Amino acid sequence: MTALTEALAAGPPAGGGWLVAAIAWPVIALLLVIAGGERNAARVGVLALPVGFTIAVKVALDVAGTGAGGLAYHVGGWAPPLGIALQADGLSAAMLLVTAVVTSGAGIYALADFGPPREGQSGRTTLAFWASLLGAWAALNLAFLGNDLFNLYVALELLTFAAVPLVCLDGSAATLKAALRYLLYALVGSILYLLGAVLLYGAYGTLDMGLLAQAVRPEPAAWAAAGLMTAGLLAKTALFPLHLWLPPAHAGAPPAASAVLSALVVKGSFFIVLRLWFDALPGLATAAAMQLVGLLGAGAILYGSALALRQQRLKLLVAYSTVAQIGYLFLVFPLAFDASAGQLVAGAALTGGLLQAVSHALAKAAMFMSAGLIAVTFGHDRIAELGGLARARPASLLAFALAGVSLVGLPPSGGFAAKWLLLSAAVATGQWWWAAVIVLGGLLTGAYLVLVLMRALAEPAASVAPLQPVAAWRETVPLALALFAVLMGLAGALP
Amino acid sequence: MSPTTLYGLCGAALVGIGLYGLLTEPRLLRKIIAFNLVGSGVFLLFGVVARRGADAGLGGDPVPQALVITGIVVAFSATALAVALLLRLHETGGGVTLDDEAESPAAERSKP
Repeated sequence: MTALTEALAAGPPAGGGWLVAAIAWPVIALLLVIAGGERNAARVGVLALPVGFTIAVKVALDVAGTGAGGLAYHVGGWAPPLGIALQADGLSAAMLLVTAVVTSGAGIYALADFGPPREGQSGRTTLAFWASLLGAWAALNLAFLGNDLFNLYVALELLTFAAVPLVCLDGSAATLKAALRYLLYALVGSILYLLGAVLLYGAYGTLDMGLLAQAVRPEPAAWAAAGLMTAGLLAKTALFPLHLWLPPAHAGAPPAASAVLSALVVKGSFFIVLRLWFDALPGLATAAAMQLVGLLGAGAILYGSALALRQQRLKLLVAYSTVAQIGYLFLVFPLAFDASAGQLVAGAALTGGLLQAVSHALAKAAMFMSAGLIAVTFGHDRIAELGGLARARPASLLAFALAGVSLVGLPPSGGFAAKWLLLSAAVATGQWWWAAVIVLGGLLTGAYLVLVLMRALAEPAASVAPLQPVAAWRETVPLALALFAVLMGLAGALP
Repeated sequence: MSPTTLYGLCGAALVGIGLYGLLTEPRLLRKIIAFNLVGSGVFLLFGVVARRGADAGLGGDPVPQALVITGIVVAFSATALAVALLLRLHETGGGVTLDDEAESPAAERSKP
């Protein structure tokens, strides 16, 4: 009980109130959207975006102001283990910011598809889109700020409930199947996570990550809990070989929804894996377990890239590229493992993983949005028939190519900085095999993107269908996101 | 065997049966029911943890009991969402499994 008395004596930390706002605002906005009904959903939703964005910037500035310490908030003034803590460090702040950027971008881009309904038109999908978008935002912010394992379980489930409707907005049988497959994977994942959490509570009597880190000992209960929670979270993150649900779900959704799903939703559960191993169970990591997670990541990179090369449809190619890029995130675990200390250390590998999460979020959102505009222009997204795209829709193709630059990892993109940090960590720790995987993955990524660009730069086929017009402002959103992704490496190089 | 151990073993058995059903059953409704079995097993374990963690003179540790209520609400919402999606899938003629080849009789009928 010493932890309890110490925590009570220390009093509540100051200055964390904005953390509550970051979670509460999207929920309030979601309720306003539902209260406003089908006719006003898009107006209320789009007005909520700048407020949420401002809150995220405010939290990030506050976190930067505290230095390495970060912010904390005890809900209701109750300190753990009695209460629930929220906390924000540099990792959380970066994820909050990129979530705000991508969500706002997706919201603006979606105004064309899910704007206010015209007279006599049903606004059901509009309402569903905006409610799900804001719900996903709230759940993601909770996942990035939560410090209690059960609180994070609620965040994971909210994220699933918001993400599944985004998959099947068009209501066709194919997308409903994709949504159900996704839902089943996600439910199994979260129930395994919950099972692990209850085992940890049974063994150590707390679910707060900070208190768990002090209490956890390497013993069967903790190993079982860690294994169950990690397996569940990997299923939700779609790490190879649990990725089967991802390509149909992400490729079948409307482009704005795909952007949010592929860029952000899978990062929510990845972030919890990071928190779990780095913050809650730092003493449990063993070299073999970390190599195994890295092996799955390597499998994802090679298998996802190889399948992306074989896709006939642009959106499926982009979805398989997500499967591959998720693999890089999990190379963090073997690369951050300090064999001499026997535990994970936050260093270049962790920073590289975070940069990969952020730059992939920006690049993949841009890629799905430009793929959506390309599909509207041609009326299909068959890669073999994209001839003439460069002339018809140059800005979209440029956004696609710039996002590709970041995915491949060419300087000065964020993807380059991420892969460079991972590569240097592989060299520094003497694990050359991961360096080989990173380089090979980059080559494969380059190959499937160059295939698309070759088709797009080719002359149009003689019997091409009339091209559909696309509003110019829609092209600026993916272009801006792709530029962010490319220029992020420069910002990362400054400090 | 103490009642607590018996409950724990029942919970473990429910989780096992549920996972088996989730993996082997092709029909979606049965998969959803299997998920609920896994959930029930986990919730039983919450009860076991509450009983084992009880201080002297108390019936149980209240924290797992508070958590399990949230867990049940979440599992209920998940089931409702899954069943709603399944009903819509059946209405649109997509059958009642995730199998792409198998066409349901309803899909055959609804074909023009």
